[in-house]
Amino acid sequence: MTSLLSPSPGDTSVLAGLYGPVEVKGSKELPDRAALEVLLRPKVGLPGVLERSREQLLRQTCEAVVLGGLHPRTAITLVLQVLSDAGSLLSCCLNAACMGLLDAGLPLTSLFCGVTCALDPDGAIVLDPTTRQERDARAVLTFAIDSAERKVLATTTKGSCSVEEMQQCLAAAQRAADTIFQFYRDSVRRRYSKS
Amino acid sequence: LCGPGLRRCGAGLLVTKCGLLRHRRAGGAAAGGAYWVDSQQKRYVPVKGDHVIGIVTAKAGDVFKLDVGGSEQASLSYLAFEGATKRNRPNVQVGDLVYGQFLVANKDMEPEMVCIDSSGRSSGMGIIGQDGFLFKVSLGLIRKLLAPKCEIIQELSQLYPFELVLGMNGRIWVKAKTVQQTLIIVNILEACEYMTAEQRKQALARLSGT
Repeated sequence: MTSLLSPSPGDTSVLAGLYGPVEVKGSKELPDRAALEVLLRPKVGLPGVLERSREQLLRQTCEAVVLGGLHPRTAITLVLQVLSDAGSLLSCCLNAACMGLLDAGLPLTSLFCGVTCALDPDGAIVLDPTTRQERDARAVLTFAIDSAERKVLATTTKGSCSVEEMQQCLAAAQRAADTIFQFYRDSVRRRYSKS
Repeated sequence: LCGPGLRRCGAGLLVTKCGLLRHRRAGGAAAGGAYWVDSQQKRYVPVKGDHVIGIVTAKAGDVFKLDVGGSEQASLSYLAFEGATKRNRPNVQVGDLVYGQFLVANKDMEPEMVCIDSSGRSSGMGIIGQDGFLFKVSLGLIRKLLAPKCEIIQELSQLYPFELVLGMNGRIWVKAKTVQQTLIIVNILEACEYMTAEQRKQALARLSGT
């Protein structure tokens, strides 16, 4: 029905498939907007509690940008399949979700991207950390940043850090977001140049 | 004037889809030019006035339910055909293809289709006959094919004679004299989306040569 994409920082890759707007079963129907559902499937095993909490984060981020009011009483389903995980998985999922929404042609107020920062014990900021860097880090922060004014749509933190360190990570993430949005623009330009 | 892909938001304009921004200059009578975003997508959203191909899925009393590829099924009254009266009902079965236009299509109501225009004539709409082949393409290709003086259709018509119905919901129905010719036309139309004009001319030259 729509799109299959897998952007990958390093060796982490996620496949996104978006279906919608489609007919919705009675109980899930919302009278004034589209019911958005996100399904995150890990590479091995059944989805567990971690996948469920990540699905909620992705769903809330997507709901903030999708103009659901244009498609009431419909359902939009986003399925993310993890193909390989070498670190920064959540931000990869966020990027895949945004590209899926973009490719499918759903009406959006803005785009968003995911950036992961790791604070190692010395206090240095590492962007897009690998699995080893994530494990050794004191804190791992993931930000979902929107494209219109580089505001934060969602944040999740693992570990502990001070408020100043968080502000520094946020500033670094906002700078990194520019590169990601440029990548989106280049991919879309390539796609539309063929027609 | 805001077309598809753009929305008014407070004092400014919000771009809601990705694609190429297009502009049509103001004509003599039209009030101001129109801007819109040409985006590619596969899923159709019903729009009033669009001509689409629907598949009949159910007969419920006086209305037929049609699948048009959107999020809801469209309804079609049996009286909305040319020359139909309560005694003279059209012969429509489940599984038939119908070419009609949307009378009502907005986000809050179930879409309604009719097979007559405002003056009561069918003007090409109605039940599509037997045989032929129905397939689905992306909405961008349909818009390209429906543009005036489309080269693809002109080149294909020089190859074999065929009947063609284009639905704005991405569905195309083709019928040629033999099954093989029909399938050749289907393959060319499906491939047209990704071929340049040169490649298309080469493919057609190969086919008319053999």
